[in-house]
Amino acid sequence: MTDVATNATATASTRKAGHYVYAASVFLLCAWILVPLYFLLINTLSSPEEVNSFPKSFIPAFNLGSLTFFAGFEGMMSALKNSVVVAVMTMVLSIIIGAPAGYALSRFDFRGKELFRLLILLTRAFPLPLLALPLAVLFIQTGLDDTAFGLALVHTTLAIPFAVLITFSLFSGIPVELEEAAWTLGCNRFTAFTKVILPLVLPGITASAIFAFVISWNEVFAAAVLTIENRTLPAFLLQTLGEAPLHLKFAGGFILVVPALIFIFAVRKYLFAMWGIANR
Amino acid sequence: MAEIQIKKVAKQFGDYQALHDINLTIADQEFMVLLGASGCGKSTLLRIIAGLETATTGEVWIGGRRVDHLSPKDRGIAMVFQNYAVFPHLTVFENIGFGLRMQKLPNDEVTRRVERTATLMHIEQLLKRYSGELSGGQRQRVAVARALAMEPDVILMDEPLSNLDALLRMEMRAELKGVLADSNTTAIYVTHDQVEAMSMADRISVMHEGKIVQAASPIAVYRDPAAEFVASFIGNPPMNFLNATPAGTGKWAVAGQEFDGPQTGATALQFAIRPEDMQLGDSGLTATARVVEPLGAHLLVTCDLDGNSFRAVLDSDLTVRPGDKLTLAPQPDRVRWFDPETTLAVA
Repeated sequence: MTDVATNATATASTRKAGHYVYAASVFLLCAWILVPLYFLLINTLSSPEEVNSFPKSFIPAFNLGSLTFFAGFEGMMSALKNSVVVAVMTMVLSIIIGAPAGYALSRFDFRGKELFRLLILLTRAFPLPLLALPLAVLFIQTGLDDTAFGLALVHTTLAIPFAVLITFSLFSGIPVELEEAAWTLGCNRFTAFTKVILPLVLPGITASAIFAFVISWNEVFAAAVLTIENRTLPAFLLQTLGEAPLHLKFAGGFILVVPALIFIFAVRKYLFAMWGIANR
Repeated sequence: MAEIQIKKVAKQFGDYQALHDINLTIADQEFMVLLGASGCGKSTLLRIIAGLETATTGEVWIGGRRVDHLSPKDRGIAMVFQNYAVFPHLTVFENIGFGLRMQKLPNDEVTRRVERTATLMHIEQLLKRYSGELSGGQRQRVAVARALAMEPDVILMDEPLSNLDALLRMEMRAELKGVLADSNTTAIYVTHDQVEAMSMADRISVMHEGKIVQAASPIAVYRDPAAEFVASFIGNPPMNFLNATPAGTGKWAVAGQEFDGPQTGATALQFAIRPEDMQLGDSGLTATARVVEPLGAHLLVTCDLDGNSFRAVLDSDLTVRPGDKLTLAPQPDRVRWFDPETTLAVA
């Protein structure tokens, strides 16, 4: 009897401890993401003096000076526009190229399939600085230099491995029988794909597209090397903020983070669907 | 009008020969069951007929038309899958109407046919639901309704009931048989469940290692198995086998007893009898009861007979205890003989 009772208490206390560990982990994880964002926000909304002073206040002063400075800053808006254009192009290109590859990997058996999967990842192994010079030369020769499309091509190369692997797992999660049933019901391969498979994988495809968007949005090296006039936001900020005072750097960082956050927030439903969290 | 002819169909997966030269004709409106253990090639054969798999060699004809180069949608078939394959993003209505919409039928015709087949399968109250909101049995009904709504020449079913629980399976079995009989379509039904095969089929094709061992009516397959494999695969418990040696013209010695048998020059045969085709008698095979299982309707006795395990199904009123000596008299017209070399039946 006593044994059983002790055991029960032991289990209960273990469970309680587990609960604390869980809560602490969640707290740490949130803090890891949110604290830097919060400081970024505070410093963006503070006056230059406050940014450089210590200790810092935890309540923003709502000084919009830095932000207004940026809004009126020469080239800022066109850089933002470039970033969006390049990111959207990257998104579309990486899905158009990556999704069929993911479909082929999941549905067909062909020689060298495993090697191909490995090679896809290997494209990420080439350091971009190494490729930058030959790329720049090639782009100048072909007239792709300093264009949004040229940069989108490079970003697509970076995003495709993820697009392929994510869509591969998406398609693998759809039973082949659904497709086969569609074939017996009057579909060919293409209509079966558009009428049955696509609606089912669309949330996941969207998630993978967001991923491509974010990769392009954050990429700075290729953008800095391959564009001069038509800089994207990160490259523009890198160039202009190198020597700028601290409060403007914070504001620049804030401007860089916010659109990506808004975008991810807007499509979060699809992102969660990809990770298997029921949200519907 | 859709007779199906399978002519010398073979299928090879790499080095593995899944099907060997299959020849089979299925009559118009016949209910044909392909029966066999898993890996015998029955699903592969069905998928070749459906066009989901390509035969390595051979021809498939449906309704006098060669179809093996056509895609599934052009073969006049509809298929029911083991895991139902109900589209999760569409309502039951749109699932059933999917094929009809693909044919671009007018809206009211789609509605009419969906409602008719839904009523037939007793799912008319579920038409607005999604597959996630249905039970396994209901999904099965949707899958069948979707196939029937196509009004196909041929309906192909790949173990459609095997994911259902036992009671539901029995209920669906009878219902499916009735619905298909009324629909005037030719049906090919793949299963590994011999009870399903026996109860539903007009004709059973027993498959083993990529070959059709026997294609005959259920009762013929049961009573006159063409090969030892069929005899031991069909029937629960399966047929009993004993070694037989020649004892004069048309006479064979089995476990010390003499039986009338075929007149062949063979030096050995297998004597076979179904467990239920024996009675306790004064003369016959002598066996020692080892395990006695009262099954309600009858008594299943597993005996030792001449070093072999031997089963008899006896009247449940009898009292038999382990260790009892039994004299089992086989019904003479139910005794079958097999050639141990070829494993085929000998008349």
